[in-house]
Amino acid sequence: MNILANLSNIIIPLLIFYIVAYGISAHVNVYDEFLEGARSGMQTVISIAPTMIGLMIAVGVLRASGFLDFVGNLCNRLFSGADIPAPIMPLLLIKMFSSSAATGLVLDIFKEYGPDSQTGLLTSLIMSSTETIFYTMSVYFMAAKIKKTRYTLPGALVATLAGVIASFLIVRFL
Amino acid sequence: MLNYIWAFMIIIGIIYGSLTGHMAELSNAALDSAREAVTLCITMLGVMALWVGLMQIAQKAGIIASMTKKLRPFLLFLFPRLRYEDIALEYISTNVVANILGLGWACTPAGLKAMEELGKIQRNNKTCKDPTAASNEMCNFLILNISSLQLIPVNIIVYRSQYGSVTPTSIIMPAILATTCSTLAGILFIKFADKSPS
Repeated sequence: MNILANLSNIIIPLLIFYIVAYGISAHVNVYDEFLEGARSGMQTVISIAPTMIGLMIAVGVLRASGFLDFVGNLCNRLFSGADIPAPIMPLLLIKMFSSSAATGLVLDIFKEYGPDSQTGLLTSLIMSSTETIFYTMSVYFMAAKIKKTRYTLPGALVATLAGVIASFLIVRFL
Repeated sequence: MLNYIWAFMIIIGIIYGSLTGHMAELSNAALDSAREAVTLCITMLGVMALWVGLMQIAQKAGIIASMTKKLRPFLLFLFPRLRYEDIALEYISTNVVANILGLGWACTPAGLKAMEELGKIQRNNKTCKDPTAASNEMCNFLILNISSLQLIPVNIIVYRSQYGSVTPTSIIMPAILATTCSTLAGILFIKFADKSPS
């Protein structure tokens, strides 16, 4: 755990150092470029702000109504042998369809359980190691006018499952 | 899709809340969540400015271009029927690098271009019987894409710090480990499934 945490701590400073040093030695106007990128990064956030507001309201309503606890308990009963924290199964299901809807649930989990709790860590890792299977497939295959997706879905499910299992194992050892 | 999910969440929430007598909490929650979302976006403004700013330097310095180039020989291993100079391979490479660096805005355009080029290759292939069926390359590309390639989960780090994590970045190495597992599983699956003819 200590090694992992220490490595985690040095990655961001190392990355910043590498990019800035590489940039300046390649005669890039690093500060000007940084400002330009920062501006476009802020614009991205502004453009997704309405999405965040909409989804956090929806999840907030679901949480306050008691429905999230109801679904969590239901999942607990269904998977009682597997020892999965209550909010994880709904999160996994939603994540396959929509990344932003999953984000709403993630924020709710962080608020309820704390980001450093077992459930919070598990949530962080699962979100980092999985993708929105059905959304990605529909966007890409629709653009390419493909109807038969052949072995894409099984492959995507295998990769996602591996990410989820790895997340569980890693949290257990942290 | 999101229209239905969103409506479902709001409608179920209000119906369930009215049945269980949580209406007061519910109206507070709606207002509080809206305010909270704005606070979160303010935190995100800073971190995203930092990240995209750095990536802009990386792009101008040629770091991203050189990563894209270095990745291509490795991609040939996953797409054995493509040639090094195929445009499709270049787009795939751009998409993968953008994914690895978490540049969401750069992934999708390159990915769609890659699919388009793979479609052209498929239609030129005389042994291809059904152009509405995905080629092996398309399947491999999407599995690789969906296996999650992003190394540093910037968004998750922001959310963690917003909700009081002591060390928001401590999940970077574990996350790299987990995402490596999912990608390796995806690659193994590709190597296993790609033997069947398209």
